Amino acid sequence: MIRKLLVILSFFSIFSLSSLSAAEKKIGFIYIGPPGDHGWTYMHDEGRKYMEDALGDSISTTYIENVPENADAVRAIRKLAQSGHDLIFTTSFNYMDQTLEVAKEFPDVKFEHATGFQRTDNVSTYSARFYEGRTVIGHLAGKMTKTNTIGYIVSFPIPEVIRGINAFYLAASKVNPDVKIKIIWNYSWYDPGKEADAANTLINQGADIIVQHTDSYAPCQAAEKAGVLAFGQASNQEAFCPNSHMTSIEDIWGPYYAARAKAVVDGTWTSQDTWQGFKEGMVEMSPYNKKLLSNDLIAEANKIEKSIEDGTLHSFEGPIYNQAGELVVAEGEVADDGMLAGMMFYVQGIDGDIPQ
Amino acid sequence: MNYDLILGITNIVLISTTPLVFAGIGELVTEKSGVLNLGLEGLMLVGAVSGFISLVITGNYLYSFILSILSGVVLSSIFAFFVLRLLTNQIATGLALTIFGIGLSAMLGKKFGGTPINGLSPYYLIIFSFILVFLINYILYKTKAGLIIRAVGENHHSAYALGYDVIKTRYLTIIFGGVMSSLAGFYISVCYAPMWQEGMTAGRGWIALALVVFATWKPWRLLVGAYIFGGVAIMQMNLQAFGVKLPGQFFNMMPYIATLLVLVFISSNKMRLKLSAPASLNIPFEKN
Repeated sequence: MIRKLLVILSFFSIFSLSSLSAAEKKIGFIYIGPPGDHGWTYMHDEGRKYMEDALGDSISTTYIENVPENADAVRAIRKLAQSGHDLIFTTSFNYMDQTLEVAKEFPDVKFEHATGFQRTDNVSTYSARFYEGRTVIGHLAGKMTKTNTIGYIVSFPIPEVIRGINAFYLAASKVNPDVKIKIIWNYSWYDPGKEADAANTLINQGADIIVQHTDSYAPCQAAEKAGVLAFGQASNQEAFCPNSHMTSIEDIWGPYYAARAKAVVDGTWTSQDTWQGFKEGMVEMSPYNKKLLSNDLIAEANKIEKSIEDGTLHSFEGPIYNQAGELVVAEGEVADDGMLAGMMFYVQGIDGDIPQ
Repeated sequence: MNYDLILGITNIVLISTTPLVFAGIGELVTEKSGVLNLGLEGLMLVGAVSGFISLVITGNYLYSFILSILSGVVLSSIFAFFVLRLLTNQIATGLALTIFGIGLSAMLGKKFGGTPINGLSPYYLIIFSFILVFLINYILYKTKAGLIIRAVGENHHSAYALGYDVIKTRYLTIIFGGVMSSLAGFYISVCYAPMWQEGMTAGRGWIALALVVFATWKPWRLLVGAYIFGGVAIMQMNLQAFGVKLPGQFFNMMPYIATLLVLVFISSNKMRLKLSAPASLNIPFEKN
């Protein structure tokens, strides 16, 4: 109810930005949270600003924040399409159906759906290979844990999140076969209080490293307070937990957004699927914390980054078994993008079930 | 289960439930006097952001606390003026207050989001929340002031005929409710998750509103209800982390199932619910 009203209110703010020259391309963004979350939405907004700087007067941008992943999203996306936007980025997985629905009604408007997998002539999909970063932090966690228990706070059971858990566990168990991960599903991307509760619950149960796949920096803060280690999410969170933050996986959207907006300006935009990682710079690691990690360990982490970049290492190298013990990736092979994109199973060694 | 683990769980439950107790007990008093304030979420957010900003600027917990409380006084006075003097619809005005609070807090906090602060220990306010519930229960049921508040909430015309100032009483209870909501906000942004992020109360104002009905307008039941809500949420996290093999949906539903069960239990004694709900709730008072 309240959110609906907010969405309606934000529409008015779009109308107020009307006096634009005809040549200028209008680019819209749909955000799941506020740009001030210092996580997921913050990094998309940084990408938007980068795009504005890169393309100058040839584009103008608008965004609608806090759009829930339900029918409200249809209204928000449609509103952007109706108000003359040429390119619309919908920046959350569960905007998938809504994006496709509106894209059908506006064949001349281009859409870009983040982390999705369904494309049409005017809907592109794009995502970052965050899981490559999870391989790095998995390695660090496996080496750094003393209790062999790692707490992992997650949002929703979708392939992106499960892929992250698996990549993390594979890397951690490779260097430390005794490692166990405890997982808490929060069923929200953004609730600082609940994220802090989850972190404290995991620490209370013996976790000495906190990993998160949610959007606020509350887990990292909770770890700092309890004196255990943590990894940040989406943006560099070192400022909030200087004594426990080992590194963060950063999402770098700017160059991609600028390239896609440029394509719209030039009239060369076509529907495509983009999935980039360390190699292209869409995923980066924040500076490793020298106070916590030894030089050797930092060198190892850098080496993993390099190996993934040049293709000599893959986050999902066979043999990989699922929880039932069935071989899913054979020895000497790596998981293909199709398997990664739809990954809805845990690898062998992870306790518990994926919520349905 | 060992002793440390249980102590740890209790600790987390205490920390996470306290904002619900503050916002809930404030709203309970407001509703007892016959006014429904749906603006809790907005009040909490403005309380949270004012507390946070003043802490960043002054570095002093006391100033931060006072400014946060002041924000509640100011905002709830505006609400009170609208519903009591201009006789606006309480539901619409309350919703407007929430929307206003969400927007205002986001605007005020824009420059401060992501500033690291040292949080205040939550235990002072946790202890205070228990004392508060005791005090409110005492005032409402054992003092003349409480009797007036309840009389105004049950039948404002009779109370007025007896010479009680309905408007003044309601002004005070609305402001008390506002102060408690902003205190909940202060607790969230300074003690619970020491940070400011837009919309960080994440719906706790609405849960507090539900709590008041759940508690059938009784302070002690509100305290128990808040701890049931908070306790169930933390228990399900613990079960998840222990890897208890239950379907995910079940975890997600547990708070609601618990709520439903208690609601069914309470409503089985219809008279009890009827006796506790203030009869003049949400009815504007006009002097004849």
